[in-house]
Amino acid sequence: MEALVASAVGVLTAAGIFLILRRRTFPVILGLSLLTYAVNVFLFATGRLALDAPAVLNKYKDVPYTDPLPQALVLTAIVISFGMTAVIVMIALSAYLSSKDDHIDMTAQDSVDAPGEDA
Amino acid sequence: MNHWIVAPIVLPAILAPFIIMVLRYHLDLQRIFSVAGVVGLLGIALTVTAQAMGGDIQVYELGNWPAPFGIVLVLDRLSAMMVLLTALLALPIVLYAIASGWDDRGKHFHALFHFQLMGVCGAFLTGDAFNLFVFFEVLLIASYGLMTHGGGAVRLKAGVQYVTYNLLGSTLFLFALGTIYSVTGTLNMADLAVRVADIPPEDTALLRVGAVLLLLVFCIKAAVLPLHFWLPASYANAPLPVAALFAIMTKVGAYSILRVYTLAFGPDVAVTEGLIGDWLQPAALLTLAIGAIGILGTQHIARMVAFCAIASMGTLLIAISLFTPGATAAALYYIYHSTLATALLFLVADLVMQRQSGAIAPKPPMPQSGLISALFFVGAIALAGMPPLSGFIGKLLVLDAARDAPDANAIWAVILIGSFVTIVGLARAGTMIFWKSHDAQVPPPEDEAEPAPAPAPEPQPGLAFTSIFGAVLGLVLLTIFAGPALGYARKTAEQLFSPDAYITAVLGRDE
Repeated sequence: MEALVASAVGVLTAAGIFLILRRRTFPVILGLSLLTYAVNVFLFATGRLALDAPAVLNKYKDVPYTDPLPQALVLTAIVISFGMTAVIVMIALSAYLSSKDDHIDMTAQDSVDAPGEDA
Repeated sequence: MNHWIVAPIVLPAILAPFIIMVLRYHLDLQRIFSVAGVVGLLGIALTVTAQAMGGDIQVYELGNWPAPFGIVLVLDRLSAMMVLLTALLALPIVLYAIASGWDDRGKHFHALFHFQLMGVCGAFLTGDAFNLFVFFEVLLIASYGLMTHGGGAVRLKAGVQYVTYNLLGSTLFLFALGTIYSVTGTLNMADLAVRVADIPPEDTALLRVGAVLLLLVFCIKAAVLPLHFWLPASYANAPLPVAALFAIMTKVGAYSILRVYTLAFGPDVAVTEGLIGDWLQPAALLTLAIGAIGILGTQHIARMVAFCAIASMGTLLIAISLFTPGATAAALYYIYHSTLATALLFLVADLVMQRQSGAIAPKPPMPQSGLISALFFVGAIALAGMPPLSGFIGKLLVLDAARDAPDANAIWAVILIGSFVTIVGLARAGTMIFWKSHDAQVPPPEDEAEPAPAPAPEPQPGLAFTSIFGAVLGLVLLTIFAGPALGYARKTAEQLFSPDAYITAVLGRDE
């Protein structure tokens, strides 16, 4: 179980890092999504893995439980990463539509002339 | 409970949606409410600073959940002075943005501005590591909107890079928090301090990984070498008043380093003993060096100011990385100075770029060249650290604090040579932009060439200059009242280096 989760986090992270090193925005955004999946699974595991256990303490008898806090953290992280992915997709789309180019790097000409354009 | 503590977060949190939902078609009303909101924030910040001045650490339990189960906001001297700095910085910037018409070049400037203030104030006030992450995201998501405000192909491309880099930083932040939680079982900073001290030394490998990952995240925010790549392109391509506001964002990184690595992973804690300072100090020295070289080498005024921001972060982090009360007091004074000075230069750069291109090259004269060049001169003196302004005092304090450090020679050499290179770089830029324009060899603008697009006239040039003079006034006051300011900074540093009071205040018991 632990090996399975650990390798899933590892593979997702490796794939994500490979993709964010690409030159075009689409693979980079995919890579960012994979990285956020990896970190969400990782956060789940930080409360230790417990199977078939409720996320509540039982004050009447001593039953196994799973740590509820990481689940709350993951929920927050999912919402934030979801919103952030939507934002970057929109910015990348408008960058692509306005420059007809979806490379993520900026050419030398871009960065020198850039701020003067809208002066 | 003292409800003033939550007010710096609640006020912008209510005002920003109000501006979006009610005032979205009324720019004038937006401006009025936005300025009123910033003035209100300044009033709140002054109130909480007066309350923190006594030295008591006050805790605000959100939802009345006791720590460490609920999220707490903590008001101590450090968070109060950072909130005050945020408000002081926001006021001239919002006035300048209105005066220069920047807020009219896209939608929702004022709403995003207040969301950004909310995130910054929240990051300064929170006493919970995961809540710090959440407030980082609030300020980042607002900054994405502000950074791409006004649009344009190049700015949007720079925006994609900026968002990508910060999303990676957020992911790393979550990895760091997860690692720390898995070892300690808590994310409340005070509780973390207690638990970290109790962990047996042989079990600390994972915790050290978490501490270093967290440092990496804060270094990304603080633009420390080698994680500074995002800063020049982002700041130079953002609307420059927004870049001036972003001067506080790098300080959020510096604040987080100071907070977490004096409280939870303090210098006395065996787990991370020497770990942070040993890594941070060379990185900070290199940051200052790269910033100075960048100032000298760049061909564009906005990029030059961005490198000024990097160089001043280098100086600041040198002081922080010493982790002594004296050096921390110097760092706190320098935070105030460098934030105001960087913002001032960004605004002056915007004045230049409203009138002509931003390239550092001989160009025909521009309107109001004399006044702008005088302001540039003041900003350059402040940033380079020459007398009589506060930059001189700040750098002197940092040098003095580094005198007993083991690497004092290296620190002194880098700061002094870095300042010299900065002076040369800023003098070169000022000469090229303001003096050479009166040189006979510069050809007058040619009429037969295709007419350049008329520069956008400033709706209220008087207000623009007034707001910049406000920033100058801040620097002058910081110089004149350096004694009281430094006294406050010293007491703040003392408070930071005796974390027991913080832990007792938050957890409500002695451990």
